[in-house]
Amino acid sequence: LYPGREFLFPQASTMFARCTRKCASSVLLVALLCCVLSPPAQASKSSEDIRCKCICPPYRNISGHIYNKNVSQKDCNCLHVVEPMPVPGNDVEAYCLLCECKYEERSTTTIKVIIIIYLSVVGALLLYMAFLVLVDPLIRKPDAYTQPLRNEEENEDARSLATALTPSGARANTVLERVEGAQQRWKRQVQEQRKTVFDRHKMLS
Amino acid sequence: MDQKGYRRGSFQSSTSDEDMLEIAGASLDFSVADDDPPLDREMGGFSSYNGGGMNGTSTMMDFLEEPLPGVGTYEDFNTIDWVREKSRDRDRHREITSRSKESTWALIHSVSDAFSGWLLMLLIGLLAGSLAGLIDISAHWMTDLKEGVCLAGFWFNHEHCCWKYNTTFTDRDKCPEWKSWSQLILGHGEGAFAYILNYLMYVIWALLFSLLAVLLVKGFAPYACGSGIPEIKTILSGFIIRGYLGKWTLIIKTITLVLAVSSGLSLGKEGPLVHVACCCGNILCHLFTKYRKNEAKRREVLSAAAAAGVSVAFGAPIGGVLFSLEEVSYYFPLKTLWRSFFAALVAAFTLRSINPFGNSRLVLFYVEFHMPWHLLELVPFILLGIFGGLWGAFFIRSNIAWCRRRKTTKLGKYPVLEVFVVTAITAILAFPNEYTRMSTSELISELFNDCGILDSSKLCEYVNDFNSTKGDDLPDRAAGPGVYTAMWQLALALIMKVFITIFTFGMKVPSGLFIPSMAVGAIAGRLLGVAVEQLAYYHHDWAIFSGWCSQGADCITPGLYAMVGAAACLGGVTRMTVSLVVIMFELTGGLEYIVPLMAAAMTSKWVADAIGREGIYDAHIRLNGYPFLEAKEEFSHKTLAMDVMRPRRNDPPLTVITQDSMTVEDVETIINETTYSGYPVVVSRESQRLVGFVLRRDLIISIENARKKQDGIVSTSVIYFTDHSPPLPPSSPSMLKLRSILDLSPFTVTDQTPMEIVVDIFRKLGLRQCLVTHNGKLLGIITKKDVLKHIAQLANQDPDSILFN
Repeated sequence: LYPGREFLFPQASTMFARCTRKCASSVLLVALLCCVLSPPAQASKSSEDIRCKCICPPYRNISGHIYNKNVSQKDCNCLHVVEPMPVPGNDVEAYCLLCECKYEERSTTTIKVIIIIYLSVVGALLLYMAFLVLVDPLIRKPDAYTQPLRNEEENEDARSLATALTPSGARANTVLERVEGAQQRWKRQVQEQRKTVFDRHKMLS
Repeated sequence: MDQKGYRRGSFQSSTSDEDMLEIAGASLDFSVADDDPPLDREMGGFSSYNGGGMNGTSTMMDFLEEPLPGVGTYEDFNTIDWVREKSRDRDRHREITSRSKESTWALIHSVSDAFSGWLLMLLIGLLAGSLAGLIDISAHWMTDLKEGVCLAGFWFNHEHCCWKYNTTFTDRDKCPEWKSWSQLILGHGEGAFAYILNYLMYVIWALLFSLLAVLLVKGFAPYACGSGIPEIKTILSGFIIRGYLGKWTLIIKTITLVLAVSSGLSLGKEGPLVHVACCCGNILCHLFTKYRKNEAKRREVLSAAAAAGVSVAFGAPIGGVLFSLEEVSYYFPLKTLWRSFFAALVAAFTLRSINPFGNSRLVLFYVEFHMPWHLLELVPFILLGIFGGLWGAFFIRSNIAWCRRRKTTKLGKYPVLEVFVVTAITAILAFPNEYTRMSTSELISELFNDCGILDSSKLCEYVNDFNSTKGDDLPDRAAGPGVYTAMWQLALALIMKVFITIFTFGMKVPSGLFIPSMAVGAIAGRLLGVAVEQLAYYHHDWAIFSGWCSQGADCITPGLYAMVGAAACLGGVTRMTVSLVVIMFELTGGLEYIVPLMAAAMTSKWVADAIGREGIYDAHIRLNGYPFLEAKEEFSHKTLAMDVMRPRRNDPPLTVITQDSMTVEDVETIINETTYSGYPVVVSRESQRLVGFVLRRDLIISIENARKKQDGIVSTSVIYFTDHSPPLPPSSPSMLKLRSILDLSPFTVTDQTPMEIVVDIFRKLGLRQCLVTHNGKLLGIITKKDVLKHIAQLANQDPDSILFN
């Protein structure tokens, strides 16, 4: 046994233990964002995602026109894209000088994925809000929730003490109780924030 | 300032302290038994400053054995102690470096510790860039949703819907797949009824989006409203606002920012993007111990994250770093400069790979022309600067007045109704005018655009003379009827935007300021540019034009005037200097226009500063009463420290704790009866010689913990802060040693120190409080709040408006 070994595991395990709860949500967030990043990385260029767009202005008695064609970047010029050519052969060069051709690409997959992610998050938030407003007060006992409302003059010290000592206090046994405890804490936090911003106008007026 | 260094390093001069006191002739009874000998430090081990005071040899386990959880952390709405945080970080770093020689694991640990900063910057850049891409694409889509829907796939906005189809030259927007609401419902898009239906749908969608935004903000994260930059400035100067940079605030801010921008309100997304990026920075800090535990290091990361936020908003990494340096950060060490630049680059690169605008551009209004300008055009540019300064001062005054009314009267009790009414007014007024119906970014993009042959918008409808067209270069032409229509429509749009933004900024939805200010400036600039262009065309024989603008030449570029106007207005409101010019020239991709931009920015700043000293963010900080000590202003009054310190003449004497003669009960009584955030510790009440300073929070946590965990601690136990317990009869209960939470090197000044120096000390070191001594005895205390109140009093402002502790 080399000297470092007996210290290796306690150090690593305490580091991981400290990390787990706080890191979990952040790791989840990072993972979610990696899912957002991967579609553009893997997006294969489907044929409808690239184009060469040539804008040709009015020339003599020919009106202006826009041409789109699905060509690669090296073929993106007036001669390949403008079909049928509205001017006779000797005028082609003068006409093409006026036209401006640009190569553009986009990723429809990215757009679709992002919009769907966005709409699902909005939908989930709306559902959660509906749940909190309508369903939650019915299934929970009222006193646990209205407690913070009564203790408005609560001593700052006691509250800070409670938040400081709760991590080291008695741990809730089941996952459900822990989730409920976290939710209650979050609700209290949001209520505090709401009081600060909306009622007392102490911040963000 | 060098007191710590003196204590630590002066082991050799062991009698210098006593010598100095004798020379000064003080008639104190300097008995060594009374207080600690000046150089009481543990030999051999590391005696960490204020955390974990170990003695004996340092072992691996010492590194893990931490002080009580909660000691060394801060309460909400309190200021951090920069000095303590920085020295804690230095201790930690010293510990890791000294241990890295012991084993391979420790070496790897030290390397990864050094590398963790860069890894964190990389992650912040990635996350900020992806969120910005999400916001851009969603906002683009939802803005177009007010007008119609794409049948080929509802997730396409107007431009992407018509991407594949050959549109006509004059009607570039029409394609069969995109149906406006009246086309969808009625089947046709022409006629009065269709117009009314479109109008109605526009207003309904706008109301729906903004209501949803304000309900989400109110229900889930009330801190997500507003711009965020004033609060971030305060946080970066050392204030703690718990939850302001949390997960829920991040999610809600991202979602509601898209909704607010899409609802057509006169607001932008740049300020909230800085908040979003800082939230990302704060959340990712939790992955690394080095940044999670140390508030000062975390603020360095937040400065870099703010730079990344501006970088993705404008596609300007350098401008972002300079914005963070100039506007947002308080302490910006040089190491942070390089890391901020890295984070900003990574964020810009990530956003570019997501490609929200389809042509590898990061911002919608990228300028691509490089036409030259003439020196005589500086006159209209300076005029634009003056306009920008005047508008900036007017906007700040009126917005602050409106926000103050919202804060103090009944208007503030109905936030949801307020958002509803403002959105309704904005939507109803905006729809008839095509320039206010389009999103503000699109408007700016169109105004920045230089008219070429290929443009067919109304603004470019000049009278074309085809015989004289040579290639792509268009000369100055007479304005056609389209241009005249566009001019008066733009003038109406200008008036509307000037007034509606005053009521929009500061509402309870995420709202930014950059885009509306740039829009106002761009409209004014374009109007002036077209006016100058027509003047030059019709009067090309005047003396001022004949030299450089002959007939048939292309000399005036109205797009450039729009750009200069946008920079002037933005500078007038925010009072940015270098960062503004750099952002604008990164937007244009060239250095040709630096001189006009600088001329306009400087003029607007001077004019605005002559009217009112503060920028919009500082004005909001003052309105909310945040404890932000302005770092740029000079303190020019001749007051002394004893004029500001507490207790004043008629107040009860300073509440102190003695170093070894108070019981637990006494200390608890003091804590319950007073609300101070810290107490000085003295040798004894008679001598009032200073030992150190202890924080209220640490005291409470330690006493509670001792009562629970340590046996024998009762209300009559004596608390001692010395190294060795005081001699007491053996029948007394066991004593509680609290030396580890005592700050042994509080900063002191004498009572005759001028306040200029005291304010300078507070600013440069980031102190929370400073003790005042007289002839070596403790006299009083000056806190940051006292300094702020004093400054406010001397500036004839209301000193009671400083709210927080």
